[in-house]
Amino acid sequence: MDFLIQVVWEGLVAGVLYALIALGFVLIFKASGVFNFAQGIMVVFAALTLVGSYEKMAAAGFTGFPAAMASIVVSLAVMFALAWLVERLVLRHLVNQPDIILFMATFGLTYFLIGFGEAVFGGDPKIMITQQLGLPTGSTEFRLPGFGPNGKDGLVLIQHIDVAATVIASLMIAALALFFQYTRIGRALRAVADSHKAALSVGITLNQIWVVVWFTAGIVALVTGIMWGARSDVSFGLSNIALKALPVLIVGGFTSVPGAIAGGLIIGIGEKLGELYLAPLLLGSTMGRGVESWVAFIIALAFVMARPQGLFGDKIIERI
Amino acid sequence: MNVVADIIALDNAQPTAPRRIGEVMLKLDNVSLSFGGVKAIRDVSFDVRRGEIRAIIGPNGAGKTSMLNVINGFYHPQQGVITFKGEQRSAMRPYVAASQGIARTFQNVALFKGMSTLDNIMTGRTMKMKRGLFWQALRHGPAMAEEIEHRAVAERIIDFLEIAHIRKTPVGRLPYGLQKRVELGRALATEPELLLLDEPMAGMNLEEKQDMSRFILTVNDTFGTTIALIEHDMGVVMDLSDRIVVLDYGQKIADGTPAEVKADQKVIDAYLGVAH
Repeated sequence: MDFLIQVVWEGLVAGVLYALIALGFVLIFKASGVFNFAQGIMVVFAALTLVGSYEKMAAAGFTGFPAAMASIVVSLAVMFALAWLVERLVLRHLVNQPDIILFMATFGLTYFLIGFGEAVFGGDPKIMITQQLGLPTGSTEFRLPGFGPNGKDGLVLIQHIDVAATVIASLMIAALALFFQYTRIGRALRAVADSHKAALSVGITLNQIWVVVWFTAGIVALVTGIMWGARSDVSFGLSNIALKALPVLIVGGFTSVPGAIAGGLIIGIGEKLGELYLAPLLLGSTMGRGVESWVAFIIALAFVMARPQGLFGDKIIERI
Repeated sequence: MNVVADIIALDNAQPTAPRRIGEVMLKLDNVSLSFGGVKAIRDVSFDVRRGEIRAIIGPNGAGKTSMLNVINGFYHPQQGVITFKGEQRSAMRPYVAASQGIARTFQNVALFKGMSTLDNIMTGRTMKMKRGLFWQALRHGPAMAEEIEHRAVAERIIDFLEIAHIRKTPVGRLPYGLQKRVELGRALATEPELLLLDEPMAGMNLEEKQDMSRFILTVNDTFGTTIALIEHDMGVVMDLSDRIVVLDYGQKIADGTPAEVKADQKVIDAYLGVAH
């Protein structure tokens, strides 16, 4: 029983982080109809910028929390510059092109960022500056009376960084939701997501909206990068977690922010439970590490067949 | 806040003073637009005077909607000059058109379906709201005051169009007639000088048409908003408009007062067909 709680908690934390990545996709998909393949590499790029600029400052003798905060500011500025350049150099010239062209453009962006990132920061994995950022490290063991095997006390180990990640991610999602709901630019973003021509007719400029959206996705990428980086390390391999966002989006729906959150949690918990229960069933062993990597996609497949628009997505109705 | 005063005045609107039709506000000279081999508009010239209601009519495929799209900058004509408020240009950009006071509605209703009536109308205030991202993100201080101020304008428009009962409803769930009304509200929220209406009464029943006609006349009377509209209901067109331009196969075949247009042989031929 304590083991189950432990597994569900870990699934929950992973789920929150999947939801963050999916959120980055949803933001851009809603506002510009582009499936941004580069979201995964944006996570890595943001995290590398953060660690890289901290290293530069540390080399100059500026360390600790203030330097970490300064690195955050630098990273935000870089993500803003990236958003601005993407709009100026790529999106602006591809308005009204078929979706597949825009999709391919984000492929190009992905490989550009990989190459550019390697050139600037080098290809070696880096350690996230967790402590310098003031994020908690260490863990606490909780004793749950009667939850262990044979009526003994159960033990659940909770990493402090996981709690922090969950809280920060929830706060950010809530802040984004409020921003979209109640501000002029938030409204304009939703308007653009709904109808480009109607948005243009009331004088909303698509260019500005795209910069805001890509910048927001950049902020989400930075937060995601910090949290994932703190759990493993910061390397280009991290961009593979973006692939996990795909089943999340299929489960939650490509156009829904609540969908991204629900989808993230379902996939996160689902794959941990799959590992726990499916692995013994299929492989006859509890060492089923491999199960975790595909069970998310099986869940997504089931959703595609039963509910192609996802849990919260817009139902696709074609007029014939 | 002119519109607020205007709309307040509207609440106690008396039978109207004589309308004033002013100088030429929008002028199109020899405009031609084609898509590949299809010539949508061929060498059309006409003007819209300040304060008037100008109708564009013609059979299906005559180029009416293309004409509106040229005026608000969705389409860029290959030839011709557009003069708006004395400024000449060969093509408008939608953003420029909107910021200079051209608002529009669409033939097939282009609302933000997931958003409420109130939010849809608030998007019309986007250009008027200037506070930066920073204040907005905090939702505090000047941005908050600004939000409240513009919200008041939106609420006035909602009262005027008699859609207060649906102000929180997502517009995707509304019947077609009400959607058209919300779309008009969104256009009004931009405080337009020139309002382009693309078939504002398509698909409406008699009662809804009467309501919409009343709104159009009131907007024109009270705010002095210039209106250019496309409509198929000839009764409505003849009653509402000061002058009518008739298009057929992308060409202008008549231009004048309702009485003149009604008597024009080319117009009768275009609508009823000619024996060959």
